[in-house]
Amino acid sequence: MTDQPDILQMKGISMEFPGVKALDDVNLSVKRGEIHAICGENGAGKSTLMKILSGVYPHGSYSGDIEYLGEPCAFRTIRDSEERGIVIIHQELALVPYLSIAENIFLGNERARLGVIDWDRAESEAKALLARVGLAEHPRTPIVDIGVGKQQLVEIAKALSKRVELLILDEPTAALNDDDSEHLLSLVRALRDEGVTSIIISHKLGEILSIADSISVLRDGRMIETLDVAGEKVTEERLIRGMVGREMNSRFPTHESHIGEEAFRIENWTVHHPIDAGRVMVDNASLVVHAGEIVGLAGLMGSGRTELAMSIFGRTYGREISGSIYRNGAEVNTHTVGQAVAQGIAYVSEDRKRYGLNLIQSVKENMTVAGLTKVAKRGVIEANAEISVANRLRKELTVKAPTVESQVGKLSGGNQQKVALAKWVFTDPEVLILDEPTRGIDVGAKYEIYTIINGLADQGKAVLVISSELPELIGICDRIYTLSEGRITGDVSRADATQEHLMKLMTKEA
Amino acid sequence: MNSIQESLKHNLRQYGIMAALVLVVVTFNVLTGGRLLWPNNFASLIAQNAYVLILAIGMVMVIVAGHIDLSVGSLVAFIGGVLGWAMYYWHWPWPVAVLLALALGAAVGAWHGFWIAYIRIPAFIVTLAGMLMFRGLAIVIAGFTMAGFDQGFVNISSGALPNFMGYIGGLDVLTMILGIVGVVILIWMQFRARASQIRHGIEPEPMLLLAGKLVVIAAAVLFVTTLLAMSDGGTPIVLVVVGVLIFVYSFVLNRTIFGRHVYAIGGNLNAAILSGINTARTNFLIFVHMGLLAAVAAIVVTSRANAATSTSGQSYELDAIAACFIGGTAVSGGVGRISGAMVGALIMGVLNMGLSIVGVPAAWQQVVKGLVLLAAVALDLVSKQRAKVA
Repeated sequence: MTDQPDILQMKGISMEFPGVKALDDVNLSVKRGEIHAICGENGAGKSTLMKILSGVYPHGSYSGDIEYLGEPCAFRTIRDSEERGIVIIHQELALVPYLSIAENIFLGNERARLGVIDWDRAESEAKALLARVGLAEHPRTPIVDIGVGKQQLVEIAKALSKRVELLILDEPTAALNDDDSEHLLSLVRALRDEGVTSIIISHKLGEILSIADSISVLRDGRMIETLDVAGEKVTEERLIRGMVGREMNSRFPTHESHIGEEAFRIENWTVHHPIDAGRVMVDNASLVVHAGEIVGLAGLMGSGRTELAMSIFGRTYGREISGSIYRNGAEVNTHTVGQAVAQGIAYVSEDRKRYGLNLIQSVKENMTVAGLTKVAKRGVIEANAEISVANRLRKELTVKAPTVESQVGKLSGGNQQKVALAKWVFTDPEVLILDEPTRGIDVGAKYEIYTIINGLADQGKAVLVISSELPELIGICDRIYTLSEGRITGDVSRADATQEHLMKLMTKEA
Repeated sequence: MNSIQESLKHNLRQYGIMAALVLVVVTFNVLTGGRLLWPNNFASLIAQNAYVLILAIGMVMVIVAGHIDLSVGSLVAFIGGVLGWAMYYWHWPWPVAVLLALALGAAVGAWHGFWIAYIRIPAFIVTLAGMLMFRGLAIVIAGFTMAGFDQGFVNISSGALPNFMGYIGGLDVLTMILGIVGVVILIWMQFRARASQIRHGIEPEPMLLLAGKLVVIAAAVLFVTTLLAMSDGGTPIVLVVVGVLIFVYSFVLNRTIFGRHVYAIGGNLNAAILSGINTARTNFLIFVHMGLLAAVAAIVVTSRANAATSTSGQSYELDAIAACFIGGTAVSGGVGRISGAMVGALIMGVLNMGLSIVGVPAAWQQVVKGLVLLAAVALDLVSKQRAKVA
């Protein structure tokens, strides 16, 4: 591999989002015809780097240079990069569910003459592409009718239709089972043999080690190292050292929980997919959280962790939900969000921009929206009471905002997350479900969020933290449940929790 | 000084729309040789545009919550028809007929609200259906025009408050007193709000700016008051109706839980649902309010025409929607103020009247209004994109 020339060089790439330095002087060289893995923790800057390369973040929004096939590049759109043969397949698949496989493959790139689509040509070309990726489905099958694994293969067929030379895969196997993953990875190997270079982002270290020719490690927006897998013996431990890079203790505040009585319990909780009622998303799950206890829920993307949380919280996800919920030992009913809140349950969403905050409103209005009756008399909001409450929460949760009247959309990710937390702290819940509470925020802000979580537990609240970042769960939780394919596969105490052990349980099949 | 600049920049949209209104008024006053601001012309400007102001109050709520209501024009004709029928054929006393109209408006609003909030049909579809249905029903009821109602009823739109305090120097004393009291209350409220901000550690608007703003507003209000006091009647009753509605609904939107929920739903529906807001009930109530306000508009329009006819209210929904957008209500929902929509409605009204006095044909008036709407929203979007880049 070493004698191959570089197909891609990214030099001195830096990018800043409001309040966060996402990338800091990153260099990346990829050799022609290799499979190059990029790994790092959530928020290390992997996806940002790939979005820059593919033109999602246009030239000018970052600093640094990109050289591809020996020429400098200044991509302004995805179309620019695709014309040069760079194709990115995003974490969230970009397929249109009710269009056919063939229509999706040629979407935006239709086989047409004078604007009129030649369906016969499209179908026969689609058939050829599907054969290349090993799919036997008919090109006219709608996307909704095939599984996630096959959808991922359709995405690759779509990339092949664009004469891809550099294929970027962002967490391609996150939602796949082992068989589908294995199939996908062997396809990537086959493409390498045909001369396609691939960049693959993955959290699954075993997978990376089995497929990659070289591995680059990102941490906190900086490029730490690039390892040549052929040249040296690389182990998972070696990779983790590069990814984490610091002592675990310093990343998490020390905390001793005072665990009390049982506060929250679910039994035999089963949830079906809201559209595809045949799919079981949560399968007979049972778990317990005690007062003052911080409990983790570890699961990969697609394991049903968010589905579990949202179905508990006012049935905001799923249908044909069955099972029981107990608060302090008594069965309760949480059919609507209002009822869940009345039972002292709060849920902080993993996606604060879509589900957590109203970005065009102020800090104050976001903080009080879930508990307006507390600052109102007969339906009329008392302006002074509301402002005092917001000021108190701003201090307690160390929200860095000029005033409580500042617009939430203008704050950094970490401060937005604190506002989302404050909104639920204000309702004074007994049970807090925190879904990916530190996603996309920088290390310093993470530490502050952990401190807040510890403080809530010290007040006797039961806290359930959902996360895919295992070090985080091991660092802050008293106990960790693992979730795989909608089933609870383990209940691990802090003492027994290692990444390897948890990961084994998280990928356990039925 | 820096903070004055910042504050100006922050509220540019608000000041911009005010400036636009002043510009339009001054331009047409010059073009019409001062006739636009003749006291009697000015009084009729208000009576003529009362329906847009009233409908725009409800439409702001509807659009902020992320909906639209296409039915209000047809509703004005339908409710006006029923109102006319009650007085003309049943010989009901006009106050009872007015109560019937209000109840009917709320009921029709509830009908729309039911389909939108509980069956979850987009408001565009539901109110489009309503637009067709209620125009049809209006023709059934008022296909034959009913005209000639009680003087008491006609006075709602054409009458003025009795000038029982007499005149001083040709000025109606009652009108002057109302204007002055209004200015005093406004200043008092602004300073109270400022004091509260300071108490809670929120940096208030710079004093100089606030003072300047208040001087301008006070001058404008007193100018309008003087004009009205010089007009034949004094304070039009319909102005009092509109004023009360603006006050009440501004309070509802800004100070009540219901109002906050309207903004929350429009700003991020998913977040609102996950915050435990009963979005269905809020949406339902929004349309009940819209129906009620459409009934008020129907009363005012029928009173002004002194007739109920199936063709009234033609394209009123579009006037109200345009007033909201000119007044800074966001197309995507979540943002908008009643005060802005009122200024937007006045800009449209002054354009209408000014263009008429100048003698521009009705067809060309439409063209001008369309361009103004387009320009207002374009300016808004361009300035926002600029702000994002900077």
